[in-house]
Amino acid sequence: MEKKLFVSPSPHVHGGDSTTRLMRDVVIALLPALAVSVWVFGLQTLVISAVAVASCVLFEYLIQRWLLKGASTIGNFSAIVTGLLLAFNLPVNIPVWLVILGSLVAIAVGKMTFGGLGKNPFNPALVGRVFLLISFPVQMTSFTAVRPDAMSGATPLAFVKEALKNGEKMENILAQINYTDLLTGFKAGSLGEVAALALLAGFVYLLVRKVISWHIPVTVLGSMAVLSAVLWGVDSQHYMSPLFHLLTGGALLGAIFMATDYVTSPMTHRGMLIYGCGIGVLTILIRTWGAYPEGMSFAILIMNSVVPLLNKYVKPRRFGVKK
Amino acid sequence: MGVLGITILTLCALGVLAAAILYVVAQKFKVYEDPRIDDVEKMLPGANCGGCGFAGCRAMADALVKQDDISSLFCPVGGGDTMKAVASFLGKAAAEKEPQVAVVRCAGTCAVRPRTNKFDGASSCAVAASLYVGETGCSFGCLGFGDCVSACNFGALSMDGQTGLPVVDQDKCTACGACVKACPKGIIELRKKGPKDRRVFVSCVNKDKGGVARKACGAACIGCGKCAKTCPFGAITVENNLAYIDFNKCRLCRKCVAECPTGAIVEVNFPPRPAAKPAVEGKPAAAPAAKPAAEPKPAAEVKAAPVPEPKPAAPETKPAEKESKE
Amino acid sequence: MLKSFPIGGVHPSENKLSRGAAIETFPVPETVTIPLSQHIGAPAVAAVAKGDKVVVGQVIATAGGFVSSNIHSSVSGTVTAVDAAVNGQGLRQPAVTIKVEGDEWDPAIDRSDKLVRECNLEPKEIIAKIQAAGIVGMGGATFPAHVKLSVPPGKKAEFLIINGVECEPYLTSDHRVMLERGEELLVGVTILMKALGVNKAFIGIENNKPDAIAHLTSLAAAYAGVEVVPLKVQYPQGGEKQLIAAVTGRQVPSAPALPIDVGAVVQNASTAVAVYEAVQKNKPLIERVVTVTGKGLAKPGNFKVRIGTPISALIAAAGGLPEDAGKVINGGPMMGRAMVNLDAPVTKGSSGVLVMSGSEACREAADTCIKCGKCVNVCPMGLEPYLLSKLSRKGMWEQAEKGIITDCIECGSCQFTCPAHLPLLDFIRLGKAKVMGIIRARAAAAAPKK
Repeated sequence: MEKKLFVSPSPHVHGGDSTTRLMRDVVIALLPALAVSVWVFGLQTLVISAVAVASCVLFEYLIQRWLLKGASTIGNFSAIVTGLLLAFNLPVNIPVWLVILGSLVAIAVGKMTFGGLGKNPFNPALVGRVFLLISFPVQMTSFTAVRPDAMSGATPLAFVKEALKNGEKMENILAQINYTDLLTGFKAGSLGEVAALALLAGFVYLLVRKVISWHIPVTVLGSMAVLSAVLWGVDSQHYMSPLFHLLTGGALLGAIFMATDYVTSPMTHRGMLIYGCGIGVLTILIRTWGAYPEGMSFAILIMNSVVPLLNKYVKPRRFGVKK
Repeated sequence: MGVLGITILTLCALGVLAAAILYVVAQKFKVYEDPRIDDVEKMLPGANCGGCGFAGCRAMADALVKQDDISSLFCPVGGGDTMKAVASFLGKAAAEKEPQVAVVRCAGTCAVRPRTNKFDGASSCAVAASLYVGETGCSFGCLGFGDCVSACNFGALSMDGQTGLPVVDQDKCTACGACVKACPKGIIELRKKGPKDRRVFVSCVNKDKGGVARKACGAACIGCGKCAKTCPFGAITVENNLAYIDFNKCRLCRKCVAECPTGAIVEVNFPPRPAAKPAVEGKPAAAPAAKPAAEPKPAAEVKAAPVPEPKPAAPETKPAEKESKE
Repeated sequence: MLKSFPIGGVHPSENKLSRGAAIETFPVPETVTIPLSQHIGAPAVAAVAKGDKVVVGQVIATAGGFVSSNIHSSVSGTVTAVDAAVNGQGLRQPAVTIKVEGDEWDPAIDRSDKLVRECNLEPKEIIAKIQAAGIVGMGGATFPAHVKLSVPPGKKAEFLIINGVECEPYLTSDHRVMLERGEELLVGVTILMKALGVNKAFIGIENNKPDAIAHLTSLAAAYAGVEVVPLKVQYPQGGEKQLIAAVTGRQVPSAPALPIDVGAVVQNASTAVAVYEAVQKNKPLIERVVTVTGKGLAKPGNFKVRIGTPISALIAAAGGLPEDAGKVINGGPMMGRAMVNLDAPVTKGSSGVLVMSGSEACREAADTCIKCGKCVNVCPMGLEPYLLSKLSRKGMWEQAEKGIITDCIECGSCQFTCPAHLPLLDFIRLGKAKVMGIIRARAAAAAPKK
């Protein structure tokens, strides 16, 4: 035979999925929220996003080539996703040098220390964000007013928490909250967490492209809703409604984009359900009784640490085994 | 003062409590271990390669201490010296073994064994072997994906990009046998390192009939039996169209090397013999090659080592005889 | 909602290029090479010697045990060799080579086209005839048919399931057989039902073959107890366990449980036709329908071929090997075996020959696992392919056994879907073979004690 044929074990065809395609789809799904963010916060949004993405990519490239001496891995879009998600978790008036520092921590500490993509136990973008939040609390929580008539200076969650602490009446608090603004994004907050509708559009896109399954986002939001509804039902004067919890803070951004990070979430659907419920419950607990107004980042990081156990002990439904 | 005092007291109390718990637990769950196991483990090389048949050096040390008769145990990495030291420490009789080394019994380089297809599966010999014949027409020879290389804990194996075959670094090889187990084709064999590291072996495991083997590979053993007829010591047997040299009988005379029509018999670490080279590399007709190969050999060795020419022959054979008796 | 199996599954591009090509009878070649091991189980033992004259349908090798199969000459002529012949994977396997002279058939074989509906044989006689005819599962698994039909004592078959799923992309041989030989298939089904003593048979067909579903449904009205079940298109529906689950909702547990433990016996559609021919026409399994396909082939088609015909001759008939051919596969693209020797013969299990171009065939470079869990969620057996693959690569057999690696049906869904292009199944298959060996060795070691 003149021609050399290829030989390999079966299967001989592939579905066409690739890491690059999946990551690119995540970037595409984030674009509507980015657009809303630009509309709400102005062009500084783009500056921060660009700096975060560029520095994440650069740090990954440098560490991969000069420290780990491996082939460059930036082609798979994962550093871009990390950068974009980090930027989405920052306030708009944060100093640019802090963005770069956050990117360094996210990539160097959160990802490359463990060997790069696929090996990090914690969501790198959240490692970067939490590092900044703890180290630079002032810069990380000073939000600008987006519109004269909107709530200013504090995120809705922080505003409500402060007001409840001060013993204000629930009617007075509720009077100052506009749910339409929460849906469309006219509220103070981090870049990416403001626009509920845009994030939901991204969720639909990810579902249609089969990048993620429904399990994690639905259980995160569902368990948040259930727990907050119980609290609200017990005492509606001191606890906020489920709808408020779902539409504020990083609930949607976290549930759809951060908790579903492949590397740091469980492999099986059953594991995903437990993981999602854990995040939802922890978020409400931290929001209600914790020191911080928002608990999504911490909840996700805590549940990230449980993922190896979930992978080990929560097995998929086997064929031929009776329930 | 009050706060400070309470703090100090509390911490001290906690410390004492913790110490008490630790002590009780340590006593309760104490497991007696022969202290000699630790000592023996330190004497072993610590490679944890599993070449002895145990899960690691610790398990081997445990067996060495606990078994009365340790003659069946042997650490291939540490070799005879380590075993002797351990045996004298424990007051037992150790096994003695000649140092061994892994040899790759395939000479099917890219040049003599043409590739007929391109393997596109997982780069693993085991995967390829379970699927099909391999990238060449020879279903016995080296597949070339380096399972042996990744099995080696000592960095003694490497793939030669030119030939597509693994190469053993005999200084690093400890004869632990990991590569022998890893090779799905069974082409790697542990052989005696030989006096002065000299070895002669058939570098082929092809059991096909001569014509079939030859078609697949220019360096295949075709089972012609010329080597067996030539061997003055009866060290070579031909079975299933394949020659094999018994290293206990072989006295390294190298007559077979010159006789082999395909160059499948390989000699290692012998001093160069200028006239013999073309016989191996050029592979001309066997008859004319055999004569010049036989004649200039003494001359070559005289040049290399004038006086001890007969001497190495004597110690070379003696240990071999000893081994076969033991 | 159409029925399907409960867990996992993928949907590869169907590419059924030859679905419209009617079955063509392939000319008898000049020589045939008939391997002695064309089935799962012990190889057959040659019953002829070099120089013997044989006729079509004559036994040339007898079964080497109960789980084995007779092999018949597919041509008439002279035996030129009973020796090792190179198979599709380049390995040498025992085979009988026959030089064709004329086309003289065993006179006992009824070669007419007349449909014979009545069968007055007892179940045992039917099974004996099937066994004598050397019939094996023609979907590719090549499990001897008589073994499945011999229900062990204490167990009872409740229904027969005919596998007309053909979930492999490209392949259309069963599809054409169902369309063109529907009556024979249905008579075969009734014979199989009689042999098993069941009064219910399902023919499972995926919904991408509406013509076959309609055709068989209309024909089946005349056969009591036979029902055509349309199924949702999902790979690997043709897997025995998956098909049983899709049709009946019953799940066959892990080995050593067999389909019969849930009362099901599965036979392939082509096998049912072969059963008809064996029982009603005395014709042993000497030919089969083979799909020859590929995007680069000029004339993809379905050919009725004598067993032992070189595959290269089939490719030539389908337009010849294209310039850019990069891989030739015996079987379908998901589970077929890549070939190195194109002169290897068609065997009882060859359902198709697929020619892929170099760019189609070449795998993409493997990336690092991003733990997306897609492999877990497509595995039709509910296994964790990423884990089993890793355990196999590292030689951790005990843990692989705990992960039920032996349940893997090697369908390839995990590797098909892996975004990192990891060779998951390559290693799982290796580990499965190793673990099965360990289990067998353990059983052998435990046996004498009892």
